[in-house]
Amino acid sequence: MLAAVATFTLDGVHAQEVTVEVDVRRGLPAFTLVGLPDRAIRESRERVRAALLNSGLDFPQKRLTVNLAPAHVRKAGPSFDLAIAVGLLAASAQVPPEQLEDCALVGELSLSGELRSVRGTLTAALGARRAGYRRLLVPDTNAAEAALVEGIEVSAIPTLTRLADLLHGRWSPDPARPAVADPGDAGQEGPDLADVRGQEDAKRALEIAAAGGHNLLMIGPPGAGKTMLARRVPGILPPPSFEEALEITQVHSAAGIGNGRLATERPFRAPHHTTSPQGLVGGGVRPMPGEITLAHRGVLFLDELPEFARSAVDALRQPLEEGRVEIMRGQRTLAFPANAIVVAACNRCPCARPPDSCSCTAIELARYQRRLSGPLVDRIDLVCQVEPVPTVELVGGSRERRTRSADVRARVVAARMRQLARLAGTGVLCNGDMDGRLTRRQVPLEASLAGRLLAVRDRISLSGRGHDRVLRVARTIADLEGRALLAESDLDEALSYRLDSWERVAA
Amino acid sequence: MIDCCQSCLRRAFLIAHLAPRIAGLLGGRERRASGLLALPEHELLAAAAGRGVGEALAFLEAFDADGARERLSAGEFSVLCAHAAAYPPLLRELPDPPAVLFAAGRSETFAVLREEPAVAVVGTRQASPYGTEVAYAIGRGLGASGVPVVSGLALGIDGTAHRGCLDGRGVPVAVVACGPDVVYPRRHRGLHQRVREEGLVISELPPGTEPYRWSFPARNRIMAGLARLTLVVEAADPSGSLITADFAKDLGRCVAAVPGRVTSRVAQGTNSLLKEGAAAITGTDDVLDELFGVGVRQAPESQEPSSGPDDPLLRAVLEAADSCASVEAIARTTGRSAAQTRAALGRLEADGYLVRRDLGGWERAAF
Repeated sequence: MLAAVATFTLDGVHAQEVTVEVDVRRGLPAFTLVGLPDRAIRESRERVRAALLNSGLDFPQKRLTVNLAPAHVRKAGPSFDLAIAVGLLAASAQVPPEQLEDCALVGELSLSGELRSVRGTLTAALGARRAGYRRLLVPDTNAAEAALVEGIEVSAIPTLTRLADLLHGRWSPDPARPAVADPGDAGQEGPDLADVRGQEDAKRALEIAAAGGHNLLMIGPPGAGKTMLARRVPGILPPPSFEEALEITQVHSAAGIGNGRLATERPFRAPHHTTSPQGLVGGGVRPMPGEITLAHRGVLFLDELPEFARSAVDALRQPLEEGRVEIMRGQRTLAFPANAIVVAACNRCPCARPPDSCSCTAIELARYQRRLSGPLVDRIDLVCQVEPVPTVELVGGSRERRTRSADVRARVVAARMRQLARLAGTGVLCNGDMDGRLTRRQVPLEASLAGRLLAVRDRISLSGRGHDRVLRVARTIADLEGRALLAESDLDEALSYRLDSWERVAA
Repeated sequence: MIDCCQSCLRRAFLIAHLAPRIAGLLGGRERRASGLLALPEHELLAAAAGRGVGEALAFLEAFDADGARERLSAGEFSVLCAHAAAYPPLLRELPDPPAVLFAAGRSETFAVLREEPAVAVVGTRQASPYGTEVAYAIGRGLGASGVPVVSGLALGIDGTAHRGCLDGRGVPVAVVACGPDVVYPRRHRGLHQRVREEGLVISELPPGTEPYRWSFPARNRIMAGLARLTLVVEAADPSGSLITADFAKDLGRCVAAVPGRVTSRVAQGTNSLLKEGAAAITGTDDVLDELFGVGVRQAPESQEPSSGPDDPLLRAVLEAADSCASVEAIARTTGRSAAQTRAALGRLEADGYLVRRDLGGWERAAF
């Protein structure tokens, strides 16, 4: 007898539908598994056998053939266990097959017949909805996550016995409820800008970066607070919309780092500077998302930027330009979402001491600064200095008087709304994503300002790209101030954040 | 401009031919190279060629002076031998003046060298930010005062002094340890080009010759010989810059040094020069005083706009930018918000009152 069961597996962070076909017929007892399974799947026959027997069900002593279709795609992971077990039950007439027609299932089995949680159930739910299934059966630990997807009924299954009951119509579970934020989480907010004393200049730069989606570089000695500031960027970015939250959760679920609930904050990823290019942009034999994808819709923090391998930093070029990563594997291309703000940090020089006691030679300095060039730095719109805060400020002042993240976020949200309205129809959501042509079209200058910028360009040797960066940042500053047209001060302030003339000291 | 007698030209090419052997001959005692270079032709052959003397003689036999002349004039090189009228007279005071000077660039510079006393600004390749700042400022000040700046086009102090001189619209003279058309170090391609456009790149080695270990101290004697005053900005001890200072001392020329931090390795050479009685230099005017007498000539005023900005905020920020390390500190001093301070800084830079320092700081547009 033949049975077919639908399940979903991860293809990058997207869902790939797999049909598990099971054929049971008379012959010498055997269990053949085809369709490019990996080790974990091949071992599933042992789990399935034990789970069925321990659940009081029958493991047929017949010739069993299991095919995972489409047969040419490599498949990995233990999430096929459940589908294989149910296929066997249906093919050996232990459960009625009618219920399985409009229903997909994912899950790993334990030997006792309990269901174990798997990665990417949110993705599976999205895929199942797209493929037109009415119902998705998942392990009960994954149910809340999968239930985030509307338009498909998600059922939480604790054990194989219960599942058999369900298919027989003896048990009907309530549809799973989507996971809202844990009440325990509500009181616990992310780090707040009010924790940072002083650093008004850096805070201003963070606000502009968040408001326009600009990439930012902070320069300053160790211990000045660069990391502390960077950690607070997600908290001043607009809260993720439902779609964005779903994207974030989907990525994290696929990477196995989610907590099963819908993300309420944007991610903050701070990979170490020894991270490989694959670690940063994703890759591997079975492509896994890299840090830039894990930071999707959030912040990727690159501390000690010059210490990163050149190849790793250069690999960030495509994601920064296109908001996604493409990985070639064999004959196909896999795309990961990768739309994050990059916040980078570095020291002023390799010895990292203050200028008057710096012992770096010009050559060392030149070498260090040369590492700060290339495609990534070309896409950094803002540069600010972060100096250690004087002791006077460290001890004085109350926390209440300092800028709170919530206030900054409110201004950022307002600025983003203005950008959305202005950029409607261009396919770009914020100023930081505008390319050169769009920038010049979107940021018209009054004649007096245009002439002024032209004169400045000559004096400070501003490149064409540098010119566009200044315009983008100036536009965001004007958005923060609620101005429809650029004012002179917007342009002046934007000029002060630019990064150029690195070579001047590199004699 | 080619003004060179047959025998001098032949001798210069002979030295280039023997150059790899000279390196082996000197071993670690490179300073003696200049003595060797002064030997008459046959003694030079005996000393340097050794067993290869037959081959060297064959080279001399086969030397095609007219062909060499043609190639040199086609390459627009200036060639002066010690017998030429335009040969810098100061160089003749050396015990072992170079037989021939090959030069690339503006040949009028030789005339400038006769009229104006030149200053050699030399120092370490591993310059500190302090040394870089001083070398640039003095190079620029001297350039603006019309004093030719002689240096070696090396990394660090040398290159920075040239750069300052160029920015002060002065006359740079680079004395190199390879042919005048060979760029060494490679990183100074652009600088080499600019020096050729505004001044001269000089060498005693014919075009195309690669640098050798011995040719660096040898060119140091030419730098000391061309200059009335040799200024060491930063130098370790021992170092090539001190060799240049020694040559200047032997010629009875003025030696000057910039005081440095006593704990700094690259200040040991200069500080010991000062202890020996070298003139202490703290700015361009000190150099001009040494050259022309106190107060006779002064560096022209900097091009800073004399009247500051009108706006009181801009004025305050400009004042604060002088003494403060960061935007944060400027904002604190002036009591303005970060955004206002930033806008003021951008404005001041756009109007030319401030220039960007490395990695995000500012300083007053000085010198």
